[in-house]
Amino acid sequence: MSMLIYIAVMAGVTYLIRMIPFTIFRKKIKSRFIQSVLYYIPYAVLSAMTFPSIFYSTDNNITAIVGTVVAVILAYFKLPLTVVALAACVSALVTGFFI
Amino acid sequence: MKLTFRKGLSHGIPIALGYLSVSFGFGIMAVKSGISAINAIIISLTNLTSAGQAAGVGIIAAGGAIFEMAATQFVINLRYSLMGLSLSQKLDKSFTTIHRMVASYGITDEIFAVASSQKEKLVPSYMYGLISISALGWTCGTAAGAFAGNILPASVTAAMGILLYGMFIAIIVPAAKNSRKDLLVICFAAAFSMAFKYLLPGVSFGFAIILSSIAASVIGAILFPIELAESESEIT
Repeated sequence: MSMLIYIAVMAGVTYLIRMIPFTIFRKKIKSRFIQSVLYYIPYAVLSAMTFPSIFYSTDNNITAIVGTVVAVILAYFKLPLTVVALAACVSALVTGFFI
Repeated sequence: MKLTFRKGLSHGIPIALGYLSVSFGFGIMAVKSGISAINAIIISLTNLTSAGQAAGVGIIAAGGAIFEMAATQFVINLRYSLMGLSLSQKLDKSFTTIHRMVASYGITDEIFAVASSQKEKLVPSYMYGLISISALGWTCGTAAGAFAGNILPASVTAAMGILLYGMFIAIIVPAAKNSRKDLLVICFAAAFSMAFKYLLPGVSFGFAIILSSIAASVIGAILFPIELAESESEIT
């Protein structure tokens, strides 16, 4: 029973956080400042989530750094998302075999 | 090109693949923490978030208070409010209240990233395509991890940890290459995030992300306010 309460609270809080701003906001935001912040938020959030967490994502700093460098290079040449992600994963895996 | 359900599905494939591996790890972790496979699957299906679920399982395993659970989820997942606000600015008129309430279930880091990088207005069918395949991947990965966690060699599951970050890189690096303003904001956000991690380790992961990304975006908005034509949210 308490497990169901835990799960319900987890799911409920997470849903409301997502639903309220997304559903309530109807008007176009006029302020250039706010529009600018909202324009930059996606990149800022993804960057903050990636660094430094990516360096700890594979249980080994060296394989993670190799994977990161490979991902950055391939992304620079605009390869598709899946290719970049899989190449990072494979290069980290292969590096792990050598250390 | 118009955004459709099929297009949403196809854009969701890399997300689903990334989710499969990450949620596989979540499934393993949840079962190790004493949560049944069925409950782990229910958690993934109802929450659809990595950091929040990992923290939630930790709280359940430790027998934490319900309030602690609510507060932790609130802090870790608060970034979805910012994402929802940002996405709300680029919704098509066909996005009615009911559609908004349903689609908000699927606001995740990755779905947000893909949806917000679309040039066109977002329609419900596109979002449902994107969300359904992603949620399927997330839930199936959890089930696989919960039921069969120890089949893959440890080296493979460890390397899989980088998949989602690789996807983030694939989104931010091309943006940084195309626009100096985006590059600056991306660098500030990374620098703040690293400062929290190494200089202020007491700040929780969720708060560090929120503060870093707001600070970087505000700096960007002050130094380089966007031209209104640049804003995807602007229609005339």
